[in-house]
Amino acid sequence: MILVYIEVRDGKIKKSSLEALSEGRRRADELNTELHAVLVGHNLEGLAAEPFKFGAAKTYVLENSLLSHYSPSGYAYALQSLCQEINPEIIFFSATSLGKDLAPRLAANLGVSLASDCIKTEVRDGGLEVLRPIFAGKAFATFRFKSSPVMASLRPNVFPLIDALDAQGDVDKRDVVIAEEKVKDRVQEVLKEEGAALDVTEAEIIVSGGRGMKGSENFDLLKELVGILPHSALGASRSAVDADWIDHQHQVGQTGKTVSPNLYMAFGISGAIQHLAGMSSSKVIVAVNKDPEAPIFKVANFGIVGDLFQVIPHLKQELEKVLSE
Amino acid sequence: MNIYVFVKRVPDTESKIRIDHNTNSVIEEGLNFVLSPYDEYAMEEALRLREAKGGKVTAVSVGPDETTVILKKCLAMGADEAILIKDDSGEQYDGLRVAKIIAKALETNLQDYNLLLFGKQAVGSDNSQVPSMVAELLALPQVNVVTKLEIEGNSAVAHREIEGATEKISFALPAIVSAQKGLNEPRYETLKGIMMAKKKQIPVVTLQDLGLSDGDLAPQLEIVKMEGPPPREAGRVIEDEPEVAAKKLVEFLRQEAKVV
Repeated sequence: MILVYIEVRDGKIKKSSLEALSEGRRRADELNTELHAVLVGHNLEGLAAEPFKFGAAKTYVLENSLLSHYSPSGYAYALQSLCQEINPEIIFFSATSLGKDLAPRLAANLGVSLASDCIKTEVRDGGLEVLRPIFAGKAFATFRFKSSPVMASLRPNVFPLIDALDAQGDVDKRDVVIAEEKVKDRVQEVLKEEGAALDVTEAEIIVSGGRGMKGSENFDLLKELVGILPHSALGASRSAVDADWIDHQHQVGQTGKTVSPNLYMAFGISGAIQHLAGMSSSKVIVAVNKDPEAPIFKVANFGIVGDLFQVIPHLKQELEKVLSE
Repeated sequence: MNIYVFVKRVPDTESKIRIDHNTNSVIEEGLNFVLSPYDEYAMEEALRLREAKGGKVTAVSVGPDETTVILKKCLAMGADEAILIKDDSGEQYDGLRVAKIIAKALETNLQDYNLLLFGKQAVGSDNSQVPSMVAELLALPQVNVVTKLEIEGNSAVAHREIEGATEKISFALPAIVSAQKGLNEPRYETLKGIMMAKKKQIPVVTLQDLGLSDGDLAPQLEIVKMEGPPPREAGRVIEDEPEVAAKKLVEFLRQEAKVV
């Protein structure tokens, strides 16, 4: 059986978990095995049926009021007892903040190795192989597992969703028995950045600025583009972050986030090797830069040599026009 | 406070990565190795905590003899001691293997700790696994990707960066914390620090000293293939009046790329 961990945020199942479930469905078909989903938390029964639409035959709901907020030690404890009982062959997580935090804790408990942030899974000679970027995408490695269960976290925004099914399944709700001292690191509060939109790792479109933006106030121009483009997020190069023009959580690159959106728009970003590593797997890249020799043009599908401050207002106008059509 | 900071030697981020396809490994020749960038924030935080509360900071790394270079850097930044856990097996991309070594060291040689600091990931393997795994193996609280840390006696509060928000977590020490950029601004080594670091001995602990056998540490991930990034086809670069250029770009996005 393939087990997929389903992450809930703000009362909703995250899309990246449904992507992991969809990938689980494809591999389960090949391996001729079942696909199950698991949710951990409190008062989650209302969400238990959603995994059925994405191919799960069964949803485990592990509940305890102590788990109403995320705690890696508490959640790993709840999951390990389920895994020991049902013995999955493969466990998928989505490589979100939570997935990257929880999957290794569970793996250590089960005594197995884990492949993080995979971008492809494949069945070969009856076993699972996964592909993952290393050095933030300067290289790619394919791994096979010698330990069981196989554990992998899957990068958000890479694995396509299956068409939603009109299917039913079993809900197996369990009250987790857990002592309070086992929940050692529980989230007390979630502080949201004002007007915080999508994170760069989850966005379908990234509008990103670099040194050529010349100052923090000019990032407002990019924010306007983010405002009109659906499912978009604001990104930045390291130079812009180090100049304090924009917060680090927007940084794309080897010491920031590695992203693979459908569209990456680079404004005033020259394309240092660390930045290119972090965004070269974007499906479409466009760049606006004054310098015709900028390395970013070597990876861009479409480049404009010119002054971004003159191009952006026209670009905004044109985008508004086509998006309202 | 007794703090251990776990650090790793990695190729600097400027490096171009070349691959030996016979051994499925990165060619190390010509690479410049440094202290992994996120480990610098962990080191800095440890030094600040010691400055505020007293105690001791020890930098620890798992790796080959060459790792002493980054341990010297930690000493030059201000660590009281540094320890090398010698492991010549090379990069295996297997977090559990490293976590087992560190957990075993913490159970045997490195005792009486209040705080274990890591970088949120090592640049290169990009696993983000070892801190969480060590936490589980030692049944400790963990807070990863931390941008703010406050400690009062045995209680701590940390801010952890997640997608578009920050989680606030309270926990008890001893605990594992991994550092994210933004936690602090790492200091540069002083000349005096560098001179002092030169004189300091770095004790070497072997895996045998820790009672670990090859069998305990057999890698469980097999590298089947390693390759460079897929080449991107050269695109089109235009130089036009801003209005015309913007129009052509939107046409491309809408009709060819179909992404807006």
